[in-house]
Amino acid sequence: MAEPLFSVRGLKVALPDMTRKPLIGRAPLAEILKGLDFDLPKGSVTGIVGESGSGKSTLGRALVRLLEPSAGAIRFEGRDISHLSEAELRPLRRDLQMIFQDPMSSLNPRHTIFNIIAAPLRQNGLGDRLKARVAEALQRVGLPQSFASRYRHELSGGQRQRVGIARALALSPKFVLADEIVSGLDVSTQAQILTLLEKLAAEMGLTVAFISHDLSVIRRLCQQVIVMREGRIVEASATDALFDNPKETYTRDLLTAIPLPEIDPDWLQPKASA
Amino acid sequence: MDEARISRRGLGPRLWLAGGWLVLALLAAIFAPLVAPQDPLAQDLMLERLPPFWLDGAEPGYWLGTDSLGRDLLSRLIFGGRIAFIVAFAAATSACLLGSALGLIAGYFGGWADRIISRVVDIWMAFPPVLFAILLVAVLGTGLSSVILAIAIIDWTRFCRVIRAEAMSQARMDYVESARIAGYGRIGIMLREVLPNVLPSVVALLSLEMGIAVIVEAILSFVNLSISTDDPTWGSIIAEGRLSIHQAWWVLVFPLITLILTVLSFSQFGEALKARFDPVLR
Amino acid sequence: MEPCLDIRRLSAVLPNGQRVLRSVSLAVQPGEVRALVGESGAGKTMIGKAVLGVLPKSVRVVEGDMLVEGEDLGHLDAKARRTLIGARTALIPQDPLTALNPSRRIGAQMTDRLVRILGWSGERADTRIRQLLDEVQIRDPERVLKSYPHELSGGMRQRVLIAAAFAAEPRLIVADEPTTALDVTVQKQILRLIAQLQRDHGTAILFVTHDLGVVAKISQKVSVLYAGKVVEEAETARLFAAPQHPYTRALIAATPRYTDPYASLKPVDESVLAGLAAEIAAADKDWRPGHG
Repeated sequence: MAEPLFSVRGLKVALPDMTRKPLIGRAPLAEILKGLDFDLPKGSVTGIVGESGSGKSTLGRALVRLLEPSAGAIRFEGRDISHLSEAELRPLRRDLQMIFQDPMSSLNPRHTIFNIIAAPLRQNGLGDRLKARVAEALQRVGLPQSFASRYRHELSGGQRQRVGIARALALSPKFVLADEIVSGLDVSTQAQILTLLEKLAAEMGLTVAFISHDLSVIRRLCQQVIVMREGRIVEASATDALFDNPKETYTRDLLTAIPLPEIDPDWLQPKASA
Repeated sequence: MDEARISRRGLGPRLWLAGGWLVLALLAAIFAPLVAPQDPLAQDLMLERLPPFWLDGAEPGYWLGTDSLGRDLLSRLIFGGRIAFIVAFAAATSACLLGSALGLIAGYFGGWADRIISRVVDIWMAFPPVLFAILLVAVLGTGLSSVILAIAIIDWTRFCRVIRAEAMSQARMDYVESARIAGYGRIGIMLREVLPNVLPSVVALLSLEMGIAVIVEAILSFVNLSISTDDPTWGSIIAEGRLSIHQAWWVLVFPLITLILTVLSFSQFGEALKARFDPVLR
Repeated sequence: MEPCLDIRRLSAVLPNGQRVLRSVSLAVQPGEVRALVGESGAGKTMIGKAVLGVLPKSVRVVEGDMLVEGEDLGHLDAKARRTLIGARTALIPQDPLTALNPSRRIGAQMTDRLVRILGWSGERADTRIRQLLDEVQIRDPERVLKSYPHELSGGMRQRVLIAAAFAAEPRLIVADEPTTALDVTVQKQILRLIAQLQRDHGTAILFVTHDLGVVAKISQKVSVLYAGKVVEEAETARLFAAPQHPYTRALIAATPRYTDPYASLKPVDESVLAGLAAEIAAADKDWRPGHG
């Protein structure tokens, strides 16, 4: 197998625990990620699934180095990026992009959609032909060109998330982190956004980490799945294997807890999964 | 969006009334030598304590009457407006620049910068502001520039506290993280992402602060600590009016009304501006 | 049988005249769970709020009747209406954290409603609450009653609110997206509890949700809403077996099913939305407010 895009070994991340902060002095550190090992092969879409408190979002933020690991190594194309400074990271930013959960909060209300999509281009030496590049980005996510002059509040939820995707992909990055990008959307919009991401990932040969609390949305999109719980990896395997034959009880619990849109009188019976 | 449009329409009269008064007063102050009917310093004991125009004994050309030295009240108010507005703009702008910059830094960067700035603000605010001002002017000496300086030195904390809180909530927004992902540095993010979002509050506070500066200047004039007593200021006119309240009430009442209208207009204008900017974006 | 809740041709408008509810009719029979499903802006939460008499000020009901156990809420004065609603209905809210006062202990908040609104004695309320906490499988009621809301997990808080909702034996409970904020494993436990208590107490539930999966599991009847209009209403089993309206079919096809990834997650077709828009426009054309 070729060299993976990301290779993560013994990754630990500790963050200040504000709930235990004493009146005076620093908050004690709480270990959110407790030693993770995994690879993200080039061009793959990997689902990272877990419930709240599993550390999945922390993991995502460590991958794109919004957070600095406290131990372990994150290798991106063979290079350890776990302790690079902000300045050393800047040339890498172009290849490490992110789509956010809440498009409302991730789009600045004071900037036009054009400026939002243009910002990463300007900052990464692609400031020439800005108009054409933004136009291409909008077209890629299926938004009309007239949206360039609009503001966030003039868009629907699904359109906002398309802008978020356009911004992340405008740089043609090698890696995109998609952090719960459909959890705030209606089902009909959710399906559109997932289909769009699926299509673009294939077209552009992206490596994607798709973080979700919901196993049900990732089967079609992802080739492999990492199931997390309380800062550790419970199970990691190819998607079909995981869905058809989950090895761990926790994975099975997660799967059976999903209410499928089908009539099943037994589902609510107390001992279905204790 | 519909609601925003409705509330914007509702704000119209407030903005226009407050803005109208301010523009009128400002124009009168700028063109004082042309507009004022009389020389504000010309004394004429023959004309002392003339009542305003609608009362018996009024003289034409002295619309709001005269004070105990026979000086025309309207002209004095108009010339007093010059100092009021100079102080309002200069002091409020200085306080705003200093306070907002520190607030932005404290709120966005956090950490030790925030700790230091916040402590200073806490200490600053423990002083009673008016006493603080009197003390400062006493040290700096009287005169226009020391009044402006005193107000700026005291009131920057008002900006600092509000802008710090807003910058802190902005710093938690995903678009700040998104700018890091885009490769922006900390200062670039502060200026590009955070500043535009705290600007409406800065503008509202700035307008409010102008009103406050007018009051503080009046208070300082009232206790004779502002500028030379010769130049009319609203505060000094009020101080003089107080002495002759029983003989000539108008010398006290008209400057008070002018002062209140101006201060109120500044605060209303600021609020209206902020509301005009804001709801569209919520 | 007299319905527990009977909504007839309910219409509501915003100050700018835009309709947010379009002649909504639905009935909830005693002891049944009626799901109200729709996407954001469909007006599903609005109906729940109308039933409980807590519509936002900007929304005005312009026609229609609401009957709770045969009593027409429109014929009662404000106080009588509040008493009736307070005694016969209850709410399980979406976000258990904002529904609880952060600075008061759970116990006091739970007994409050029984004592103040229903005039129970403190002792009786306390006994009742403990009984309900047992029913929602809270094993250490002492600790929970003494806790502040932030000291409990999301699932625990929702259990507390479910217990509080059932405590006064209401005839009807409005459950407004009660599991949306929860993890999927916790959601299952909570749905199970709601179903269990609903059966044991014979309470009717108006269950507001956006999730057709939840609809399939918890409800016997369902109304599908779009833009404040009921586009389809059916027994739940029938709705999933043979959805009639194109929008219902599209919603079911859009809902993810990991068991069948390629037949689910289908984006809603433009023609379906165009059809809906035409349907809404036609309904609005003949409509004049004030009848009813």
